[in-house]
Amino acid sequence: METILKITNLNKIFNKHLHAVKNVSFEIKKGNVYGILGPNGSGKSTTLGIVLNVVNKTSGDFEWFGGKSNTHDALKKVGAIIERPNFYPYMTAKENLELVCKIKGTSLSKVDEKLELVGLLERKNDKFRTYSLGMKQRLAIASALLNDPEILILDEPTNGLDPQGIRQIRDIIRIIASQGTTILLASHLLDEVEKVCSHVVVLRKGEMLYQGSVHDMIENNSFFELKSDDKEQLKLALQNHPSIEKIEEEEGKVLVYLKQDIAAKDLNSYLFEQKIVLEHLVKRKNSLEEQFLELTKN
Amino acid sequence: MKRLLSIEFQKIWKNKASRVLLLAYFVLLSSIALVASIKFSFGTFEIRIADQGIFNFPYIWHFNTFVAALFKIFLAVVIVSMMANEYTYGTLKQNLIDGLSKKEFIYSKFLVVGSFALASTLFVFIMSLILGYSFSSYTELSIVFTDLEYLLAFFIKLFAFFSFCLFLGILVKRSAFALGFLTLWFIAEQIIYWIVKFVILSGDDKHKNFGDTMIKYFPMESMWNLSKEPVTRFNAVKTIENAMGGAQNIKDYGVHFSEVSIVLVWTFIFILTSYYILKKRDL
Repeated sequence: METILKITNLNKIFNKHLHAVKNVSFEIKKGNVYGILGPNGSGKSTTLGIVLNVVNKTSGDFEWFGGKSNTHDALKKVGAIIERPNFYPYMTAKENLELVCKIKGTSLSKVDEKLELVGLLERKNDKFRTYSLGMKQRLAIASALLNDPEILILDEPTNGLDPQGIRQIRDIIRIIASQGTTILLASHLLDEVEKVCSHVVVLRKGEMLYQGSVHDMIENNSFFELKSDDKEQLKLALQNHPSIEKIEEEEGKVLVYLKQDIAAKDLNSYLFEQKIVLEHLVKRKNSLEEQFLELTKN
Repeated sequence: MKRLLSIEFQKIWKNKASRVLLLAYFVLLSSIALVASIKFSFGTFEIRIADQGIFNFPYIWHFNTFVAALFKIFLAVVIVSMMANEYTYGTLKQNLIDGLSKKEFIYSKFLVVGSFALASTLFVFIMSLILGYSFSSYTELSIVFTDLEYLLAFFIKLFAFFSFCLFLGILVKRSAFALGFLTLWFIAEQIIYWIVKFVILSGDDKHKNFGDTMIKYFPMESMWNLSKEPVTRFNAVKTIENAMGGAQNIKDYGVHFSEVSIVLVWTFIFILTSYYILKKRDL
């Protein structure tokens, strides 16, 4: 699969002491939807700022499209919005987008098409400063799509929006993703990432904690919830099972964490052989949120 | 270059405040022509300024460029706010993300500065030709096109001054502060001059010393020095001076290569420093 962006050992130190990005490396492949997760101040925006040429890196490297073109040429094939929508307030939506077309060197004919996609066509001749935050954010997405980019980078696209606004943005992202555009989405709204992304990178305090598919991140951490009349005997029997890592008690239930995956049916028959009859057996997965909180704890 | 200019002029022209200032600037430049209609009356005796040789070739080149340069502050405001707005709107960042390189960005801003200076120069050139042909006592071609170096000096003066404004806009990021800084800089130059000349070297008004040499190298003063005030060169003033028996004022009104080069060096420094600041800064 074609690599769109490759980051190797990237570091950023602000003002000689604030280490905002520590040795981050990852790759973005064509066609996937990536999420960058991390609490506020974890270095998400800084990392994006570096690859987008607005923040200077301290050390390390990044390479767009296999290093075939320099960064500012590569950026003409990228669509990005970061933090908040930045436009000239005294120009209309149409004029703002035409300006972006001139910068990117694309034809002005795309302007109406993209305004239509984000549902702003009727308001195209209104000044940007009259727009609501949700409309501004949608205009920013339209602007990022003007050049039909190979990759769309969105940094907190739903920040500060109302539920309708969040839904609209999410729907637009879905449409774009379904058209095969690679997307890199930085967010701390985890259900958003879980719903939209196929891969995640998790950052905390500038360090990369996890990189891989959303599926693996959740799947590797399944656990059982068990209940039986004789809790002590149940625990004793479980301790002797080779695939079990630890046992915890919560609200009268026994939670069983695994070293390696076992099927629910196998666990059930094992316990039955040990003369234990279960009252309650559920195999559960941590949601991305729980998994994320676990990863970024302390 | 065409692409960058079209980007920048869209940004400026769509902004109502900038548009008004630009138009006001050119209207004010034209108002120099109004001097022609000023009349003084002493009883039955009438003096019309235009007939007193103020619009005579080649003196008109000196007079008009000097007066026109006084209006440059209007364009300075446009330039400083153009730059500061890019910071406050966050559009500098967005422009870079959209695929403009930092070099292109600085280059396009200096293209604007250059076109402002060029447009002003052309405007003053055409206006002076018209005024000159209407009122000058001499209209022989050889006289009309003498002393055109005042126009060159005018262009360089504007270009340097606007570059300075742009540099301050990039450095300070806020238009009001940048303009305040500009004023502060001007005052600081004068204070340093005063301290060096009168306090440290205990000089006096009559004799030149190191202070006078030094101030010629300061940016604002060197721009000012490019064209000297034209009023004392005016025939009528000279006549009055002679009549009052004052010493003949021997003053050099020319444009000098050394002065031009000082200003050009400063312009160069402003452009390069602007680029350096932008390159180093995290946005």
